[in-house]
Amino acid sequence: MADTRDEPLVLGIETSCDETGVGIVRGTTLLADAVASSVDEHARFGGVVPEVASRAHLEAMVPTIERALKDAGVSAKDLDGISVTAGPGLAGALLVGVTAAKAYAYALGKPLYGVNHLASHICVDQLEHGPLPEPTMALLVSGGHSSLLLSTDITSDVRPLGATIDDAAGEAFDKIARVLNLGFPGGPVIDRYAKEGDPKAIAFPRGLTGPRDSAYDFSFSGLKTSVARWIEAKRAAGEDVPVRDVSASFQEAVVDVLTRKAVRACKDEGVDHLMIGGGVAANSRLRALAQERCEAAGIRLRVPRPKLCTDNGAMVAALGAEMVARGRAPSDWDLSADSSLPVTEPHVPGHSHDHDHVHEVSKENLYS
Amino acid sequence: MLLLALDTATPAVTVALHDGTDVIASSSQVDARRHGELLLPAVDRVLADAGLKLDAVTGIVVGIGPGPYTGLRVGLMTADTFGLALGVPVHGLCTLDGLAYAADVDEGPFVVATDARRKEVYWATYADSRTRLTDPAVDRPAEIAERVAGLPAVGAGALLYPETFPRAYEPEHVSAAALAGLAAERLAAGEELPAPRPLYLRRPDAQVPKNYKVVTPK
Ligand SMILES: [Zn+2]
Repeated sequence: MADTRDEPLVLGIETSCDETGVGIVRGTTLLADAVASSVDEHARFGGVVPEVASRAHLEAMVPTIERALKDAGVSAKDLDGISVTAGPGLAGALLVGVTAAKAYAYALGKPLYGVNHLASHICVDQLEHGPLPEPTMALLVSGGHSSLLLSTDITSDVRPLGATIDDAAGEAFDKIARVLNLGFPGGPVIDRYAKEGDPKAIAFPRGLTGPRDSAYDFSFSGLKTSVARWIEAKRAAGEDVPVRDVSASFQEAVVDVLTRKAVRACKDEGVDHLMIGGGVAANSRLRALAQERCEAAGIRLRVPRPKLCTDNGAMVAALGAEMVARGRAPSDWDLSADSSLPVTEPHVPGHSHDHDHVHEVSKENLYS
Repeated sequence: MLLLALDTATPAVTVALHDGTDVIASSSQVDARRHGELLLPAVDRVLADAGLKLDAVTGIVVGIGPGPYTGLRVGLMTADTFGLALGVPVHGLCTLDGLAYAADVDEGPFVVATDARRKEVYWATYADSRTRLTDPAVDRPAEIAERVAGLPAVGAGALLYPETFPRAYEPEHVSAAALAGLAAERLAAGEELPAPRPLYLRRPDAQVPKNYKVVTPK
């Protein structure tokens, strides 16, 4: 192995939703993962309130950067680059992170890399299981996204195979938790109740699994409606709602479809690795069922630890380090936040740069 | 002393360098939707015009609003982060105070009003260009008409609502040059400037969901 001190030292900033994340990595080694969350401020609204998130990012940014540097035991002047989530995400929230990253990179005289949030969710697994196999199949499931992605090079080639046509998987968890009066966010609490329930108690529908349905797309809206209706019927009849069985049966319907389609995509594309990322990857039943089905199909499953699956700065730093290592062009100082940055764009290179593998530690003319 | 001043609380993206005596370089662009893209290149340009690098700056001054939040945060976040990276103090100044200073009025009273969107203005009254009489507030022009009756007014908020502000004058937007000048004056007088924290004046828009949405048809 090469001396890891030769690998790029990168600080990554993530503000696409309600977590202010600042991570520091050296190559594929995690050095710091500081996160400040505004989730408590959103809980009473039952969902993330964009303006509340943006205000919290502004307050948390500098202390979170300081904490990450302290945790990593590195000095800002030793960084090889700053990376930041340029999109997709909440526009106002993204803008706070992009602004901070630009100012920080400029002031330190370091190259800036605006990167894609979804590609970062995949790349974070390098910090857990080493370099990504090429190609990698990735199932990304969270409150904001549910997609199947195939990547041959995480810095330049991410192909969407399928995505949700309505709600994200995590959104369905939140909505069902709300119907069951279990609070926000819904994922962890439903996971907990489901452990004591019977996943076969109620046969909830599996969306988009018919023979003529799109093989890799997802739909959770019909499931959500069906579960809500079932609960309301119980309540209307004056009966108690079996929260544990409903949680288990609902969760089973979600993870059954997710794992079935992911394994099928691996088989169809001849890919022998599946990585699962995003907040819903913390779900214990998803991890267990994916493990079972992957083993049966001869696929190696890679799921990072739960803290790396939810939104964080380390994943952005991981992708930034890969950009530096592969000599991708840095972003320009007028980099903007793009709330709908396509998944096919792993990063946002500057207009004035060559898109080829020229390692430019430019910007030095701006700062001694 | 070398102050870098920035303000993004109005449609203007404005940056200035001040050496304690004079403004030595400045830039102002009006584009309410592109604060995030324009600010850093403007800082770079202003430094280049002055033949200086960012590490020569000894203090940052930033407009803390009130102003539309998304743009406002761009200036504040940039100032905070520069402060962190350079290890220099970051001072806040009320954006309306900067406009009042730029208006150069020796004898008031007068009003400063900026556009708060949603048919409202951010405003305050001043005795003269350096003396604010009221706390910054956000209101519908018609609701404050009595309180500002007869007073001259500056700022885009005044120019937008002639019924409430029949005596409205330029400047329309704040300039970082004015902000820097005011800050230099106050710092020289030994005054402490406000912390660089945003003046939002409104609570965040957030709808508390009533209960869950009932999906069963009645
Ligand atoms: Zn995410």
